[in-house]
Amino acid sequence: MALLDIKGLRLAMTSFDGETEVLKGIDLTIPQGAIAGVVGETGSGKSLTGLSVSRLVPTPPGRYLGGRILFDGHDMLAASEEEMRALRGTRISMIFQDPTTNLNPAFRISTQMVDAALAVASRDPDILSLPATARRRQKRAVARQLAIEMLGRVGIVDPAQRIDAYPHQFSGGMRQRVLIAMALIGRPKLLIADEPTTALDVSVQAQVLALIHSFVVDRGLTVMFITHNLGVVAQICNEVAVMRQGEIVEAGPVAKVLTSPAHAYTRALMASVPTREMKRGDLSFSVDPVEAAV
Amino acid sequence: MSILVVEDLVKHYTVRRGWFGGAAETVRAVDGVSFVIDSGECLGIVGESGSGKTTLTRAILGLERPTAGRIVFEGEDIHALSPKALRAQRARIQMVFQDPHASLNPRMSVRDIVAEPMEVHRDVLGLSGRQMTDRVAELLELVRMERGHLTRYPHEFSGGQRQRIGIARALACNPRLVVLDEPTSALDVSVQAQVLALLIGLQDQLGLTFLFISHDLAVVRYICHRAALIYRGKLVEDGPVDQIFDAPRTDYAKTLLAAMPDPDPGKSPFWGPAAQGKIQPDSEKGAP
Amino acid sequence: MSARTTAEASGTSGGEGLARAFYRFRQNPLSLVGLVLVALLLFLAIFGPLVAPYPEHLAGEVSVLDRFKPPSAAFWFGTNEVGQDILSMVVAGAQVSLLSAMGVIVIATLIGTLIGLAAGYFGTWIDEVLMRFTDLILTLPALILAMAIAAGLGPSIVNMVIALALAWWPGFARLVRGEVIGLKEEQFVVAARAQGAGAGRIIFRHILPNVTSPIIVKMSLDVGFAILAVASLGFIGIGVRPPTPEWGVMLSVSRSNLPHFWWTAIFPGMAIFVAVLAFNLFGEGLRQALDPRARR
Repeated sequence: MALLDIKGLRLAMTSFDGETEVLKGIDLTIPQGAIAGVVGETGSGKSLTGLSVSRLVPTPPGRYLGGRILFDGHDMLAASEEEMRALRGTRISMIFQDPTTNLNPAFRISTQMVDAALAVASRDPDILSLPATARRRQKRAVARQLAIEMLGRVGIVDPAQRIDAYPHQFSGGMRQRVLIAMALIGRPKLLIADEPTTALDVSVQAQVLALIHSFVVDRGLTVMFITHNLGVVAQICNEVAVMRQGEIVEAGPVAKVLTSPAHAYTRALMASVPTREMKRGDLSFSVDPVEAAV
Repeated sequence: MSILVVEDLVKHYTVRRGWFGGAAETVRAVDGVSFVIDSGECLGIVGESGSGKTTLTRAILGLERPTAGRIVFEGEDIHALSPKALRAQRARIQMVFQDPHASLNPRMSVRDIVAEPMEVHRDVLGLSGRQMTDRVAELLELVRMERGHLTRYPHEFSGGQRQRIGIARALACNPRLVVLDEPTSALDVSVQAQVLALLIGLQDQLGLTFLFISHDLAVVRYICHRAALIYRGKLVEDGPVDQIFDAPRTDYAKTLLAAMPDPDPGKSPFWGPAAQGKIQPDSEKGAP
Repeated sequence: MSARTTAEASGTSGGEGLARAFYRFRQNPLSLVGLVLVALLLFLAIFGPLVAPYPEHLAGEVSVLDRFKPPSAAFWFGTNEVGQDILSMVVAGAQVSLLSAMGVIVIATLIGTLIGLAAGYFGTWIDEVLMRFTDLILTLPALILAMAIAAGLGPSIVNMVIALALAWWPGFARLVRGEVIGLKEEQFVVAARAQGAGAGRIIFRHILPNVTSPIIVKMSLDVGFAILAVASLGFIGIGVRPPTPEWGVMLSVSRSNLPHFWWTAIFPGMAIFVAVLAFNLFGEGLRQALDPRARR
């Protein structure tokens, strides 16, 4: 059964140049427990697709022309802002590319994580396994324990000590771990990860990918993994949708789409990725028309 | 024949910690690096963030004075040159930057951007304004852009085109050495492929020497003849790319190669046949 | 290949850049209100004496019989203690207020920009010396400082403008210095340095053109405050002197006529209020249009 089902999603954005359709009828289904890659180049609409699911595209300048997004039985485009707020954090979470700007430099990690946990708990009291009548101080203490547990879970050594550090005391890779911990503290069903490893070094990237994968295996998390990096898709995803200029050109199991792509664009894209087996000047250059289309 | 020799280069920074400027701490950004670039070759410098590759680049460009060691370019120690000689020297070492959006002055036309090195070195080159414009038009064709783009401004171009403009600027003074600092890491893969092909073509056509800074091993293998891996300010391993990729000697090289995301799903550590927990989400080690 | 590259570049020209800026400007309707009011004020500043209903009153040809007439069809804003038409005075006052305020801001911008460029670009002890001096000026209340300078130079409009400008530049110096410090690390500046470009070339060709937008925004915001400062000096009798029609002076004179002849104070006061508001709204609009950080 599909956890997320997007049908015919059309989104237009207004700017000085007038209204342009940036999503031109997206059909995307993500089954429970999948890591679904959404891959595309600049301007393909991959990030807007992710933002649409948690309805974070500002309207205006955005305007939905049609289609629907069904997530876990909720019609996301019809939901009220109040319902959406209840879903964000508890059922859907997001992580973004830049782990620096998404943590507030002025507050300790503990403060930010406890606040996130309490916000989630106000929607879903089960998270803290406390009665709704529990005292505020008691809630904070439990939330802190939960935060420490999550930090340990994402591989921060000595989490009980380090939770009181400030963001700048952590490296980029560790900040992304903290953000993943914060995103998953409310046990969401779907994690939307928008280029989560692009700003990281390759060795750190490999660790963060392994971390996301472990949550999928251990907790049945479903992931929408938005990236421009086909290598990362090949590694971590089992499903993939290739996007170009607001359309999905090809979708299916990774093993099929990346090894025997049916669409010319996917083939061109695959051909332009340098691999470790390639020699100088080896790269196929059949991708010419891509930049023209931008 | 070697064009650039870097000998035992050291660059330390003193960072003051604490509110009262107490406890000074020395950061060894570059800690005894030596290598040689031969004329006409492309040497890749590979390192992750904090490895010192940026400091190394700035020292080679003469923007930063090394703490110790020498940088010898075409037989001259560049940090022993008089300011005037250093200025003239700069015409022969040019650079292409990582971010094609930030490296072009948004208020200057393409003509003025590409002509700028010729303006700066006017005393040596002795070109008139019109000659410069002609040369800019030639350079644009060389990087496969239209002559007509002369009067346009950077924001009118895509990332790939801006990077071509950056390359044209770097070639304006007929440099001997071009330092390329992650020139394709901000570009889409298909555009990256085009820019890499352009660079290889230009190198072969003009007999240029490249110093190619990157964190992307696949790109380095694709464009470079030799590569040097640096880690925490030290050169860990260097040699021809085939050797580094096919028979890495050091653990660091092996780790980096293992972490490279391969676009072949069959090699996925999670889903492929090789799965069953090859890479563990092992925790960050060491102090913050 | 070449056909493609042409297609890629979305053909934009300088004219379209302006159109884009105006598009962002009019996103906020209040900016348009500011624009209209500023245009009106500039019109009055240039043609004021020509459109004033009683230009002869400004030259002193008055009838004592008309003194203290309340607002009416003949005298929309009423008349003052010597029978001058207040509307004509307010209209003529726009010239004095606006021109002197703009003079203050132009001089302050020149001084502040040069000091800010030097401090920001060269850093080290130059920065230290220049900015400590700037802070020193900044700690003195601007009006008091201007009063002291104006008193020293002697009363005249030109001296008042100089005095205010000498007290006004530190804001510009700090703004420019901050921008320069940021720009200095921009890749295109590093690129110019790597090519061997000298300080003059980098400052005037690469840095200055990129700080013009914030400078223009601050200039338009500050003209409003400078109008207020000019009026304040006029009010306390240090700047413009009677009988020159100036809003602050008119307010000052009207004090003795209050509360009975309220119109002698209300209309010059409104003029000051509207002028300050106009430049603030206009300046905020310019910020929206020109400052990339204010955009979403």
